[in-house]
Amino acid sequence: MKFVDEFREPEVITRTAEEIRRLADPGRHYRIMEVCGGHTHAIYRFGLKDLLPTNIELIHGPGCPVCVLPMGRIDDGLSIAQDPNVIFAAFGDMMRVPGTTGSPLEHKARGMDVRIVYSPSDALKLAKNNPDRHVMFFAIGFETTAPSTALTLVRAKEWGLHNFSVFCNHVTIIPAIRAILDSPDMRIDAFIGPGHVSTVIGCRPYEWIAKNEHKPVAVSGFEPLDILQSIVMVLRQLKAEEAEIENQYKRVVPWEGNRAALGAMAEVFELRPYFEWRGLGFISQSALRIKDSYAEWDAEKRFVVPGVRVTDPKAAQCGEVLKGVLKPNQCKLFARECTPEHPIGALMVSSEGSCAAYFNYEHRKTEMVISISSVA
Amino acid sequence: MCLAIPGQIVELFPDQPTAAMIDVVGVRRKVDLGLLQDNLPVKGDWVLIHVGFAMSKISEEDAIDQMRMLRMLGEAEFAKEEVEGYGLEDS
Repeated sequence: MKFVDEFREPEVITRTAEEIRRLADPGRHYRIMEVCGGHTHAIYRFGLKDLLPTNIELIHGPGCPVCVLPMGRIDDGLSIAQDPNVIFAAFGDMMRVPGTTGSPLEHKARGMDVRIVYSPSDALKLAKNNPDRHVMFFAIGFETTAPSTALTLVRAKEWGLHNFSVFCNHVTIIPAIRAILDSPDMRIDAFIGPGHVSTVIGCRPYEWIAKNEHKPVAVSGFEPLDILQSIVMVLRQLKAEEAEIENQYKRVVPWEGNRAALGAMAEVFELRPYFEWRGLGFISQSALRIKDSYAEWDAEKRFVVPGVRVTDPKAAQCGEVLKGVLKPNQCKLFARECTPEHPIGALMVSSEGSCAAYFNYEHRKTEMVISISSVA
Repeated sequence: MCLAIPGQIVELFPDQPTAAMIDVVGVRRKVDLGLLQDNLPVKGDWVLIHVGFAMSKISEEDAIDQMRMLRMLGEAEFAKEEVEGYGLEDS
């Protein structure tokens, strides 16, 4: 509760937390999944769990693009960049993510030309400024990021820039939610829908979750009050035994999404028949690949890709944590073999992963309490 | 990387209709407006920016709240670093 005073409208936050306590049936246990890694980060950072009754459990979903990327894809991308003519360009988030032969940053230390870019369009400019080299942009992200990669490819074609390609790892959120709901040990009562993904796809793609699966969804903003209001929305629905899609983040998310962004994606990308997700395994039609009309800019078509497959260590229980069956600290490897410094499982890889967030906020807090009390 | 950065449009370029100069806490960089081409912002408008592209138009009040939230999340410095990193051609 110590953060409440720092929040915007602290009285409203306190009132909303009280409403949550009123709505939650003490005889029932609620499992609410926040799909987006940004929400996971915000929930831990703001200590929102402390404002909730103990029978409301927040399950941290698959919406962290770095976490769900299979290690083999990193190996594949780095293998293309072994060619000294190739510049490997990627977002900073990717730089420390380990492949089997090390992270992009470690490859840079061994002589690979690895560059951090903050925008796919800057990777394109890098190609323009280096006409004798080939720039490969290692693209990751959900529908928030995919339209930017798509427009960058449209520009590459318009400019006739042939020394540029994209190694596409873009994934789509809906099939991952479906995979979680389809799994036999699934135990989710309601969803907090991703905010910025929904600025692109809108709210309509979630309708089947309410209609067919009878689970409430509230598309949410990222402020403490946004997240608490979204919890109120789904609790009200659960109490009334209703299931609808509610848009808590109306100030940013249009119901129909962003047509220009969806148009750019449709121009450049098509669905892959299937794609592997770390922690969840193969999910059909869950990722994007570059259409044949843009084959010239598709790194997977321009270069020989080894197609490396690395299975996650069996002891890592990422899948169970993702589905809400286990809490991060209930995994056998948590804080022992698997830490943010040496991640073994998918969810420890990025700070938005649920295990890393749990480690950084909850685990370190507990350790501190233990060490303080032992000193006292 | 889900968190978007709020910025204000401070300059538009007649010869580049899909580019704009934005200001994020005093840092000025060019961003791409291609994803807002159905409803292009004008000078003074506030937008949410993600990986160098304006994604949505927002109110000034929401922009201030978003920046405040990034600060509370400890992400404001990363956001500034990201914006400073945009615009390779100018470096």
